[in-house]
Amino acid sequence: MRELINWLAEPIRSFPIFTFLFFMMMRYYKVVGTKKFGYWGLAISIPVVAWFCADPNFLAIILWPDNIPINIIIIMLTFLTWLSLYKCAENDKRIEAGECPIEALPENREKVWAWPNLVYTELFVIIATTIFLVVWAIIFKAPLEEPANVTWAPNPAKAPWYFLGLQEMLVYFDPWMAGVVLPGVIVVGLIAIPFIDTNPKGNGYYTFAERPLAITSFLFGWLVLWIYLIIVGTFLRGPNWTFYGPFEYWDFHKVVADYNVNLSEYVWIKILNVPMPKNLVLREIFGIIGTVAYLTVLPFLSLKTKIGKELYAKSGTIRYYIFVFLFIIMMSLPIKMVLRWLINLKYIVALPEWELNL
Amino acid sequence: MSEDLKKSLNRREFFSYLSVAWISFTAACAGLGALAFRFSYPNVNFDPEMDFIAGLPTDYEEGVDERWKNGFGVWMVKQEGKLVALSNICTHLGCVPNWLPAELKFKCPCHGSGYYMTGVNFEGPAPRPLERYKISITAEGTIKVDKTKVFRQEKGQWDHPDSYISV
Repeated sequence: MRELINWLAEPIRSFPIFTFLFFMMMRYYKVVGTKKFGYWGLAISIPVVAWFCADPNFLAIILWPDNIPINIIIIMLTFLTWLSLYKCAENDKRIEAGECPIEALPENREKVWAWPNLVYTELFVIIATTIFLVVWAIIFKAPLEEPANVTWAPNPAKAPWYFLGLQEMLVYFDPWMAGVVLPGVIVVGLIAIPFIDTNPKGNGYYTFAERPLAITSFLFGWLVLWIYLIIVGTFLRGPNWTFYGPFEYWDFHKVVADYNVNLSEYVWIKILNVPMPKNLVLREIFGIIGTVAYLTVLPFLSLKTKIGKELYAKSGTIRYYIFVFLFIIMMSLPIKMVLRWLINLKYIVALPEWELNL
Repeated sequence: MSEDLKKSLNRREFFSYLSVAWISFTAACAGLGALAFRFSYPNVNFDPEMDFIAGLPTDYEEGVDERWKNGFGVWMVKQEGKLVALSNICTHLGCVPNWLPAELKFKCPCHGSGYYMTGVNFEGPAPRPLERYKISITAEGTIKVDKTKVFRQEKGQWDHPDSYISV
């Protein structure tokens, strides 16, 4: 059983599983978002987690001081995701029946003063957080290490937990892409959301049925592309950034057969059976054409689909193309990851001479 | 004009005071800025020297030698009659890879880039091979490694006579 879970946890299998579960969750949010499902989920997950923790290797990973906050966050995140789906499901049922959302009921529209209602709550939260941090600091020693040394790196060298998704992303991309361009697009895209999404539905109340595309695409980027990568980067990456299953001992000498090939080498040497051209642009021409086509043809192709037409009519030209551009940039991450896992593709466009690798 | 009016500040005096005050303020700001700028440079520099004498060519056996890794960040790799000084900075994001003697490869702990003994990348995200430093034989017959000059394989610089010594 543990062997099976280790095998399933490999990104090539766990990523599709996680993606599938995510879409099932969104598809059947009315089933997931019930108290019954919540209680059953809790009742089942407690013995499962206890069984996981019975394994010394798994326990060693989750009790590593750096990983404690991530454990807490995963538990909170699971609960909050369920809670939001629960509230969405409740409201959507009411809206279907022709009633107003729960937030719009007269008793919930009552206004109260910030002082003392809010300030007292805040005071309590401040005290509780301080106590929590003090207790935490006493129980778990700060994972401090020796002074920095430019000629030595810890193994594995891990970023702070909130950057581990980014570090996992860097495994598949050039540092310029995963370190600068993609985070930049993420930040700009998040800023752009209120300007792109002008759907007034869902203001001040939970609903899924009235804005399925917005919620699904956001949660896909958040849960599947960010949280999943943080989990992989935190718990499943050991020495030499090699993949280790949750029950696997972090053996420094684990050998992984891994040989990455650029797209240009694939096409010229393996398929066309000719030596690589000397001209750089000619050498990478397939990758360049592919990338340009991906960025320019797909937005127009998306207009042919039913969802695309509806969205175009609702949001207008500029909003639509900005949304589609951000969306295909987001999708480039899973595409590149799957290509790496399936055919060991290193770079689609590999121009190390110009420091440009896609 | 009455006496007490003369005692108060007239326009010309006001501007001369203002000039003095403004110049002092500017000078103080500039001085503070200069101090802050100076502060950003360390008094003592603990960085390793950019060039060093790496012993005699006969000191090295076939394979990877790690004796200068901690001091200078250089691996000496002797292979097929050539001795090269390989940089220990990963070309992906600048981490420090480890030499794994059992697997005969350099492996970066940050994102899993792997390099052959020659320094050529073959796994993980590293886009190009490790860099070589300039290496030469001094008049006394010792090896001198100069880290200010790097040779990059993807630019075809590894054939350059300064990038290796024949042993």
